[in-house]
Amino acid sequence: MVKKKKNEPQKDAFVVALAGNPNVGKSTVFNALTGMHQHTGNWPGKTVSNAFGSYTYQNKAYTLVDLPGTYSLSAHSEEEKHADDFLFSLESNAVAVVCDATCLLRNLHLVLQIAELTPNTVVCVNLMDEAKHKGLSLDLDLLSKRLSLPVIPMAARSKKGLGELKDTLAQLAQAPNPSATRIPYPETIEHAVGILENALESLPDLPLSPRALALQMLKNAEEAEKTLLSFSGVALAEAENVQKALLEVETELNKAGISKEQLREDMGEALVRAAEGFMEGIVTEAPTKKKDFSRTADRIFMSKTVGIPVMLLLLLLVFWITIVGANYPSEMLSNLLFGMEEKLLAFFTYCGVSPWLRELLVFGLWRVLSWVVAVMLPPMAIFFPMFTLLEDLGYLPRVAFNLDHQFRKAGTCGKQSLTMCMGFGCNAVGVTGCRIIDSPRERLIAVLTNSLVPCNGRFPILISIITMFFLGASSGFSASLASSVLLTLTIVFSVLVTQLVSKILSKTILKGIPSSFTLELPPYRKPQIGKVIIRSIFDRTLFVLGRAVAVAAPAGILIWLLSNLSYGGETLLAHCATFLDPFAHWLGLDGVILLAFILGLPANEIVFPIIIMAYLSAGSLLEFDSLTQLHALLIGNGWTIETAICVMLFALMHWPCSTTLLTIQKETKSFKWTALSFLIPTVCGLFSCFLVHLLFLGIHAIF
Amino acid sequence: MNKAKTLASLSPGESGIVADIFAPPAMKERFLDLGLIPKTTVLCTAQSYSRDICVYEIRGASIAIRDCDAAYITLEKEKSNG
Repeated sequence: MVKKKKNEPQKDAFVVALAGNPNVGKSTVFNALTGMHQHTGNWPGKTVSNAFGSYTYQNKAYTLVDLPGTYSLSAHSEEEKHADDFLFSLESNAVAVVCDATCLLRNLHLVLQIAELTPNTVVCVNLMDEAKHKGLSLDLDLLSKRLSLPVIPMAARSKKGLGELKDTLAQLAQAPNPSATRIPYPETIEHAVGILENALESLPDLPLSPRALALQMLKNAEEAEKTLLSFSGVALAEAENVQKALLEVETELNKAGISKEQLREDMGEALVRAAEGFMEGIVTEAPTKKKDFSRTADRIFMSKTVGIPVMLLLLLLVFWITIVGANYPSEMLSNLLFGMEEKLLAFFTYCGVSPWLRELLVFGLWRVLSWVVAVMLPPMAIFFPMFTLLEDLGYLPRVAFNLDHQFRKAGTCGKQSLTMCMGFGCNAVGVTGCRIIDSPRERLIAVLTNSLVPCNGRFPILISIITMFFLGASSGFSASLASSVLLTLTIVFSVLVTQLVSKILSKTILKGIPSSFTLELPPYRKPQIGKVIIRSIFDRTLFVLGRAVAVAAPAGILIWLLSNLSYGGETLLAHCATFLDPFAHWLGLDGVILLAFILGLPANEIVFPIIIMAYLSAGSLLEFDSLTQLHALLIGNGWTIETAICVMLFALMHWPCSTTLLTIQKETKSFKWTALSFLIPTVCGLFSCFLVHLLFLGIHAIF
Repeated sequence: MNKAKTLASLSPGESGIVADIFAPPAMKERFLDLGLIPKTTVLCTAQSYSRDICVYEIRGASIAIRDCDAAYITLEKEKSNG
């Protein structure tokens, strides 16, 4: 009996759930089988929603569900709950559990839990190449016999073992696995299971085997009732002999002095020991001369002394590559796109398009589009792949380790540094990633503060301002190095602000004590550099272009209209700007800048182009293609160092973009928290800018 | 001198065998999921600069556990080393 999910591609497809610990290469298997473009990562939080994919094999359709990585079916974080819920819902016909060959004993824990639910479980022992590298050899045939389950060796990265998996799944589709894994439990538990099993055997239409159901009921009666039996005809509560059996079991356990909690613990421990038993003699380690790269690397990356400095240097390096790498493409694109303005104008004139429409299309739409593509896109297209490489390498959990202390002082946990890192790419992704944080309180804090870290879309504005206002006319290596340093410092500043705000939240509206958590540090894996870079640049470029067309183009049209339609002798733009001016001045900004930020709600990367467009339209129509000319334009419109600083501060701390707000609403399901996520960074921004303004007022007064 | 050592007392390079775990249920379940049960051998491999969180090798995986949580895990008393 399979419940249909809404967006399942095919009705009679064989549904296979892909489960496994985090970092075992589940997503690699998923991608390899379905050919879908799903980005793989090396830390928990990458696969945070049920991704579906499908493939056909020997004329049969298969649906693959990629579940988030989980250590066990007793969920602790939102993320793990998603995996559990899906497995308990029994919507899948089979489960393929992907395991890490270098850590099979630990992985077996989840395998056994899943095997207890359904005999249609396939064990995929992935990363066999790594195991070989470490000198490990595994007797998987023996393991398969012991478990009564198919066990398939795999190296998904090199596409090995996938054919076997498809074969095995095809066999299961024909005929389900008849034998179930027999997990030995201690006497008392087996006795209790026996009693329940007998009672359940008499019920028709059970979704699981009586023994499996009995085990689930012992572990967690309410959950079992809710999820497992939600579509069975018989509600457990009604079956009389089941109730009697439950009572009998309860009395017996009470007599033996075993509480419900103790029972769960004992069952859990029995599972771990069972795994030990199954694994005995399976793995043989040959002495290998190969040095453990991960250990050596970690001696640096997690070193007490140089760990954090190295982290900052890495950040600096990433920024430097971004800044330098973006220069050439930026120039090229600028020349190309802005150079086309004349030609476009000519073309439209030739077509007989009326003047105002011509100008709207070229100076409104095209210009903003050009700005986004030429200036905003290159840094974004370079930063993202760099970051992805670090991610794939496995470095980011080390960041969480190094920063845990700081975050604990702020009342949260080191995992927030991971969500922060995700926020560097995109705040919406960062918010979704907060699911990896177990404690709901800490998760909320991470969600609310995620926008305090600048996303990809805000980097270009920071870089441009740093280059224009803080580096003078210098160029070359020293300039790029200096701007990288300043950018790094800016980011460090935003991290400190995040910690400060987290601390304040922990002491006020989200009071509580830091929770417990454990963090797995996966071994470093060599990222498939070429593949990652190409795919990332491609993905990113497409994404930015898509957003440029959807958001920037209309914004450009709007700005052009505002600056060319007049009312009462002034353009609409001038009206808006003048209206916002007084307030903006107290923030060290001006009306145009504030308006641009407001209009930039859908996407941060259009803020800067809007500012430029607005200034351009108010004065003479210059076209330019270098930051020096841009600098002149800004100065000409009253920008000073104070403005530069305040714009940077406000760029760091203002309301989240609309995508992020929607994501927050979806994740928290609460208008109150979404509203707070809007207010908190905004208030921080307003406050900081105001302070800076006062500071400059003071400086001017003194000098 | 017979005070039981806890996991938190291990320094990088030292190992111990788990004796017992006295922890709140959620934490205990977490430990269980990672394979931390009595008689498991654990090796401490790294310590943070703030000295309040360490990395332990447990059943082949490297797991970072805070000292305050590692204190829940008592280790078997060492037999006298040579």
